Amino acid sequence: MGSTARLKVQVGAADFDAGEEIRLVQALTDSIGGVASFIGAMRSSNDGRRVDAMSLEHYPGMTEKALGRIVDEAANRWQLLGATVIHRVGEFFPGDQIVLVVTAASHRGEAFAACEFIMDYLKTRAPFWKKERTSEGDFWVEARDSDEQAADRW
Amino acid sequence: MIKVLFFAKLREALGQSELQWPLAAEASVEDVRAALVAEYPQWQQALCASNVLTALNQEVVNAKARVKPGDELAFYPPVTGG
Repeated sequence: MGSTARLKVQVGAADFDAGEEIRLVQALTDSIGGVASFIGAMRSSNDGRRVDAMSLEHYPGMTEKALGRIVDEAANRWQLLGATVIHRVGEFFPGDQIVLVVTAASHRGEAFAACEFIMDYLKTRAPFWKKERTSEGDFWVEARDSDEQAADRW
Repeated sequence: MIKVLFFAKLREALGQSELQWPLAAEASVEDVRAALVAEYPQWQQALCASNVLTALNQEVVNAKARVKPGDELAFYPPVTGG
């Protein structure tokens, strides 16, 4: 990896404090001119069905490697000065936070682009799987073509 | 031996998350899949579905990748995180 940026990847059941994570990234260096962030949360409905709860499974070990590679690539492409990716696993309820991405760069354009790139790649390449619990039964979430197309833009 | 892992919908369809598979010599991912189906014919449909992905030692690979004794081979459906 050519970048000397501080890149953090965390996978686990614990919730996160987005404000604190953003502050930590912003405090890394006074060369930072822009910090972008994204929070993914659990929706209460999907494809017109009410979703009561969700379980999120992953491939321990590979998940961290895959996320690390995605963040490294983003750091190199957009000269990031810092980045944090936190992805939770386990049981979720509507409104719960699932994923956080924070990116910092000299200028906003790089921070925004890298943040979106990381999310698009994460959704199509990191080994996580969601299963929704609904009044009609439990369903594995199907991968969407639109997510693949979003990742292909980069 | 190799360690074979299954995840998510595929794990449920096969009723198994992990198994040790005797692999005497190097073989392709496709060879291992065929051998698993020969041993467990009821896995044919789920394990050979066109959207099943494979990772070897936690790196995404295609069906031609070479598997060696001691490796970890995973089969899983398209990912849906984020």
